Amino acid sequence: MFQDYSPRTARGRTRGHAPGHSFTVRSRPEVKGEPAVATTTEDAAPPRADQGHGAPAPRRPPRRLPLLPLIVALVVALPVSLVCGVAFGSAGLSWGEVTRYLGAGLTGGTIESDETAAYTIVWELRFPRALLAAVVGAGLAGIGVAVQAMVRNALADPFVLGISSGAAVGANAVLLFGALSGLGIWALSTAAFGSALASMALVYAAARTPQGLTPLRLVLTGTAMYYGFSAVTTLMVFSAEHGEAARAAMMWLLGSLGGATWDSLPIATVMVVLGLTHLMYSARRLNAMAMGDETAAALGVDARRLRGELFLSTAAVTGAVVAVSGAIGFVGLMVPHFARMLVGADHRRVLAVAPLLGAVLLVWVDILSRVLLAPVELPVGVITAVVGVPCFVLLMRRRGYTFGGA
Amino acid sequence: MRIDIEHLSVRIGGAELVADATVRAASGQVVGLVGPNGSGKSTLLRCAYRALRPSAGAVLVDGDDLHALSPREGARRLAALPQESSSEFDFTVGEVVAMGRMPHQSATGRVSAADARACTEALATVGAGHLVDRGFLTLSGGEKQRVLIARALAQQPRILVLDEPTNHLDIAQQLEVLALLRATPGATAGPGPEAQPGSQAEPGSQAEPGSQAEPDAQPGSEPGAQPGSGPGAEAGPTGGLTVLTALHDLNLAAQHCDLLYVIAHGRIVTSGPPHEVLTPTLLAEVFQVRGHQVRHPVSGALQLLFDRLPHQSAAATTVPATR
Repeated sequence: MFQDYSPRTARGRTRGHAPGHSFTVRSRPEVKGEPAVATTTEDAAPPRADQGHGAPAPRRPPRRLPLLPLIVALVVALPVSLVCGVAFGSAGLSWGEVTRYLGAGLTGGTIESDETAAYTIVWELRFPRALLAAVVGAGLAGIGVAVQAMVRNALADPFVLGISSGAAVGANAVLLFGALSGLGIWALSTAAFGSALASMALVYAAARTPQGLTPLRLVLTGTAMYYGFSAVTTLMVFSAEHGEAARAAMMWLLGSLGGATWDSLPIATVMVVLGLTHLMYSARRLNAMAMGDETAAALGVDARRLRGELFLSTAAVTGAVVAVSGAIGFVGLMVPHFARMLVGADHRRVLAVAPLLGAVLLVWVDILSRVLLAPVELPVGVITAVVGVPCFVLLMRRRGYTFGGA
Repeated sequence: MRIDIEHLSVRIGGAELVADATVRAASGQVVGLVGPNGSGKSTLLRCAYRALRPSAGAVLVDGDDLHALSPREGARRLAALPQESSSEFDFTVGEVVAMGRMPHQSATGRVSAADARACTEALATVGAGHLVDRGFLTLSGGEKQRVLIARALAQQPRILVLDEPTNHLDIAQQLEVLALLRATPGATAGPGPEAQPGSQAEPGSQAEPGSQAEPDAQPGSEPGAQPGSGPGAEAGPTGGLTVLTALHDLNLAAQHCDLLYVIAHGRIVTSGPPHEVLTPTLLAEVFQVRGHQVRHPVSGALQLLFDRLPHQSAAATTVPATR
């Protein structure tokens, strides 16, 4: 996908030589018995202007994994993880049973009547849940990449725009006060998605300037709105009449895949696929925008227009994802960085890897959240943090990863 | 390709940052824009590379209104080096330079051999081929600037707009960058890999300050590939790379530009060849300094020496009043 322009030989020559090395080599007569062979390549090398300017010794070039094998590995890992996601759980099921039920579900095969309970666990509970984990993980990771480029801030995540906490207001209105009860099982996701879009409109209206959306205004407005919406949510939880609903509201705030059914999949999947397609299509423009609006303009990219486009698509995907799973933290912040550490900052590569990485990660996180303290189910956000933080610190220290020059 | 900025005005929030400015650069010319801080240099140039839309007037690129062209078409004709260009993200030098190929690529298309060659050549031209795998954020200021120039060259533009390209550079690097602009052939000079070995060695050899005063007198490392290399050099019908650059250092501007435009308070005050423009009267009026024109003892090139104006304190008090 991305071609390497480096002449390998040239890189090999420069690496490992301190600046000014060629000068010491030239004073050859003083060094007796020194084999003269080593000097030929250095003498032939063109003198470089930065030599003698105290240029820092070349750092180890950032190591980058080859893209194709990585994608293949992730594409293989995803279905394997999904099957594991179905197999592991508090109700012990054998691998044979799991694969048989999955096969029956997928191909429309038959099962014995006494297996109905186990089949229901596999096909109606665990499989949609694992699929939803993959969709949500992919969506959050992809949006995280886009939002970080959009506001040009490595600390941004899908929730920095305030949209998720806006969705929480709508969801809690349903959970705590029975709003939209006419919609039945669709009430929760409709309310969450609707209020996500409403809060998006609010953030957009507040952040907009005649010059379009600027990164800092977007972050500041989003953050302010986030606190505003969170306050409303907290107020609602405190004023709720029954404690059980408040507990459900808290669970939802921390993010949970527990409500996954087949019905929660279609809208979220469609939105995530559409959103990721738009991002892949915009990858080159994201690169330009990441270098600054002025540079983007010089490269023929209208950064303000692109930012508007991205705002719409990320908000819609965030709304759809949050509506079915709540605000699952960490994935959207850290997975983009994981991906950059593995394949570099080029958005064409990052966007090819990050959604797959997010999908696999969230499937396993969900497994852990169900298995670790079974039958108690932990909030997903707790596991993402417990697993992700040490991995992240380790990777960051090992690969010489750079955040904004730091 | 020529660029004509015609009667351009920029008003932002009631303040007129640029007023009725006209700047013209013919094919292959190196045109400098000089003026004190806050005089509107950057604002004017930002209109020229489409980061800003003028309130009135037009930027014509070979007669076509730049802001009416598609952004991609505009970027194929004109590349720019904005003053600030940074990123939070750890791009490699190769990736940064490859961004210059964007205007020539479709959104999802693959990187072509021509793209790869343009990037390699651009890096070689600025003498930064060895940096290709380095992280952009790990480079020194001078290295970054050269890489960003390489990105602009990889765009294979006909016009190059630079905003203070010598900022953050030491003196040798400043001279090197400006000599580079002089020596860079236009994009139409042909897909010439033949020029590559020569040009790779060139920037290094130019680091010697003695050779800078007369960029035309470079030992012929690129025979016949310097169409725009001097006021006298006759550019072909298509011409070489046209350069429009803001410069802070008046001596550098005098030595490296065919034509200078002086801007103050958003208005073009005067224009012409450096020795006609940078007169003691103008230096006193616009830059608030007493200037002397002298000749370089070796090359004979125009040099400026500066003193404080005799009544510096009086001048300083009148400046805000005129604004």
